[in-house]
Amino acid sequence: MARKELIQIRRDPRSLFIALIMPVMQMAMLGYGVSLDAKHIPLYVYDQEGSQESQALLKRFQASEYFDLVKTVDNYRELTAAVDSDRSKLAVVIPFDFSERLRDANQTNVQVIVDGTDDNTANLATDYARAVIGQFSVDFRTEWLRRQGLPVGGGGTVSIEPRTWFNEDLESRNFIIPGIVALVMALVGALLTSLTISREWERGTMEQLISTPITSQEVMFGKLIPYFAIGLVDAAMCVAIGVWWFDVPFRGTLTSLFATTSLFLIVILGIGFMISVAIKSQLGASQIALLVTLLPTMMLSGFAFPIDQMPPVIRAITYVVYSRYYVTILKAIFLKGVGVRALLAPVMAMAIYAVVIGWMATHAFKKTLD
Amino acid sequence: MAGQDTTASVRVESLVKKFGKFTAVDRVSFATAPGEIFGFLGPNGAGKSTTIRILCGLLRPTSGKAVVAGFDVARQAEEVRQNIGYMSQKFSLYNTLKVVENLRFFAGMYSVPRDLADARIREAIAMAGLAGHEHDLTATLAGGWKQRLALGCSILHRPKVLFLDEPTSGVDPISRRQFWDLIHEMAGGGVTVFVSTHYMDEAEYCNRLALMNRGALVALGTPNELKRHLMKGALLLAKCEPLGPALEILQHNPAVVDAAVFGEALHVTVEDAAAATTSLPGYLAEHGVKCTRLEPIPPSLEDVFVQLTGRRIRAGEVTAS
Amino acid sequence: MAEGSDDAIRTEGLVKRFPGVTAVDDLSFWVRRGEIFGLVGPDGAGKTTTMRILAGVMSPDAGTASVAGFDVVRDPEAVKNHISYMPQRFGLYEDLTVDENIRFYADLFGVPARDREAHAGRLLEAAGMSEFRGRLAGNLSGGMKQKLGLACALVHHPRVLLLDEPTTGVDPVSRREFWQILYSLLAEGVTIVISTAYLDEAERCTRLALLFKGRSLLCDTPERLKAQMPGATLVVVSPHPREVRDRLSGAEGVSNVVLVGDGVHLVVDDASRRCAEAKQMLTAAGIPFDEIAESEPSIEDLFVAYVGSQG
Repeated sequence: MARKELIQIRRDPRSLFIALIMPVMQMAMLGYGVSLDAKHIPLYVYDQEGSQESQALLKRFQASEYFDLVKTVDNYRELTAAVDSDRSKLAVVIPFDFSERLRDANQTNVQVIVDGTDDNTANLATDYARAVIGQFSVDFRTEWLRRQGLPVGGGGTVSIEPRTWFNEDLESRNFIIPGIVALVMALVGALLTSLTISREWERGTMEQLISTPITSQEVMFGKLIPYFAIGLVDAAMCVAIGVWWFDVPFRGTLTSLFATTSLFLIVILGIGFMISVAIKSQLGASQIALLVTLLPTMMLSGFAFPIDQMPPVIRAITYVVYSRYYVTILKAIFLKGVGVRALLAPVMAMAIYAVVIGWMATHAFKKTLD
Repeated sequence: MAGQDTTASVRVESLVKKFGKFTAVDRVSFATAPGEIFGFLGPNGAGKSTTIRILCGLLRPTSGKAVVAGFDVARQAEEVRQNIGYMSQKFSLYNTLKVVENLRFFAGMYSVPRDLADARIREAIAMAGLAGHEHDLTATLAGGWKQRLALGCSILHRPKVLFLDEPTSGVDPISRRQFWDLIHEMAGGGVTVFVSTHYMDEAEYCNRLALMNRGALVALGTPNELKRHLMKGALLLAKCEPLGPALEILQHNPAVVDAAVFGEALHVTVEDAAAATTSLPGYLAEHGVKCTRLEPIPPSLEDVFVQLTGRRIRAGEVTAS
Repeated sequence: MAEGSDDAIRTEGLVKRFPGVTAVDDLSFWVRRGEIFGLVGPDGAGKTTTMRILAGVMSPDAGTASVAGFDVVRDPEAVKNHISYMPQRFGLYEDLTVDENIRFYADLFGVPARDREAHAGRLLEAAGMSEFRGRLAGNLSGGMKQKLGLACALVHHPRVLLLDEPTTGVDPVSRREFWQILYSLLAEGVTIVISTAYLDEAERCTRLALLFKGRSLLCDTPERLKAQMPGATLVVVSPHPREVRDRLSGAEGVSNVVLVGDGVHLVVDDASRRCAEAKQMLTAAGIPFDEIAESEPSIEDLFVAYVGSQG
């Protein structure tokens, strides 16, 4: 019996794939893609003073491998916009009286603004910033004392005043739950629809169906509309549970939520439908659906593992992962409460996806057995 | 003490099987001789498959006795299973295995000792005419070959009793006849062959037939016996114009037991052939139907079957599973 | 009667190839309006493939086919408005009730709501299923599922009905009932094409085509086909059929000997002459027999004779 099973497994390409290739793929993705450290955190600096000392601090940030100094700005508005639209994860504001207060050996504060939507990154970023500034502070003080001829020791330091925006308590739940909405949508959308056409094939009802006057478009819309409705209901349910049960803040508007969810659903349902058309067995279709939707959404959409921390190759791949845009938008809607304008890039990306996938899906189903 | 009773290859005495309150098999008795080709007919739910499963040692009877290949199915089920072969053309073979792999698998299943297995596998390949095709995938074989291969797989352990489930359904007539030649040869060597089928032409190939209906055995005999002695009345072929009204008119005639359309003609069952042949044409003419031909024809097995098991749809007819 | 413009279906030179096998190989036939036409042949003969082409769910590699007046290759969707196709695995939804299934098919075919109720009611009544309207299709017996399948196929009054092996695995009684329904449809003017591997069902058709390996061997009414069969068939009833077979095989004028049940079928060239000779031979050899009589050839005999002669 065992021999027969082995022979059959050897001959069945699907089983082989699951048994051998999938584990390798998952290890690769997890091993390389997931990084709970933070490096190259995009940094914006608003140097209000522009003195030698403030520049020195700035250079420290620049030199640090944990940060990527993207831009120095000269106003709050730009800083805010940058954090809003994810261009900056950490912003440092050096006060206009920085050097003065340093010299006075009083406390001086540097304001650090952290994007809390990625809880892990936020913590680490804060810590690193604290370290850089702390180190600067110690070094400065030591140097200053030496110049004064005074013994080294204690005294004024530069401390940081972290301000975590958007997720003040850095509740990881707050940043995971919006991602979960995306996950649930992906699961429900793709998995359910991936079964719909394959089920007809497997049960044998498809043959008779295509011998009737129904059009391919009618088949597609007829099958997907219920799932679309279910998807929206599910989204509403998740949001409700998140807000009322888990106390996740919801700062955006319901319209933006449903508008973007609809876009996402079009993509997801379209993909599920096409998988279902391509693969005539329910089991196979659901496996592929999981592979193409759930896995990327879990690993590569920024849902749990921050994208910025992924190696460049994998990060490039995430641009193709449509759920990435949805997760970004979701987090923004929940926690940042921003409007469409700040999210223009991801929304456009999703819209393009929706149009392309929608068009492909409409033409995917052919009424023929060939 | 396991004794081997060799007078009858299969002996069934007052076999009963109940599932809860439902009696699937109701006091069935018959016996088969070694080398006999025995056909089992009956509508679905008539108890046919249940009886066969009992004889294969897969189900325990509620009461009564069944001895297969010398072993009692109730007490020696395992021995029974080791001494019978079972072939279901559509379900036995593994399509993803090669011909010879299937054979080796079944040899293993039936615990055929290694030294004998190789020789018998070669014999089976020869019998099936598959020499040179041992390494072909079973899925690529045409119907007739698959059927012979399945047969080969089922007799590797040289059973004394063989059960065949619709063995030649859908197979082309030439392969079918070759298959039956093989069966006849085996029967000639003393193997008892049970055939379960809905195909009347398969049933015609059997030496004797058993017809079950509603759990009971309603007929037992050779095909010819069944056709001649069990058919109540006689069967007439009637060519009439117009056909539809003719059917209705005949159905209302008291001399007519049953009438049905058959191709371009009517098959009419009457009690007295001679009387009917004289009276019916005139009767039809009175009602505006012209009858161009009316003559007795030999009943087919199907006619017998229908008459013995015919029933109207009963309310509450549900699937047996 | 020759091919005419009154034909419900006409095919010419149909070809359909799959990797490794030519399922349909230059198939031509026609079906007259209002008749039951049989596509008869063993598995692999090309029956299902032909049905699928006629139903417009598969396109041929070559050849033409017109069904209900429309070209199947160029205009399959138009055809679908006038036909009903019941494939071997017919499309019943097991998790819907009888009623829901019928309603679904009525919607598919665009049957207006008014007609639907009346017509569906009548169909179910005729099938004896009116009490089961609320029952899940999955809980029906095999015979009833078949009837429901047929009812769904008929809900829109098709002109042509295509049935792919509808009676496979069905017991003879249900099979007979099914045919009665088909005959009543004929009375309403529906044209029916039915494919089957049961050679004895061929006798019930108005006309039939014997298919083998994608080709049509013979095509005509059952009567005329049998009349065309070369020679005659004798049946020898005897308690020792094997001995009869051994004795008579290879005898002069005997072209085919088959063991059938409790007798032997012989195909001979001259019935009366060989009958007498056979009696003599058996008596001389001391082999008992009950009788030797001429009988009508079966479709199976026809098949074997024809294919055998092809070599």
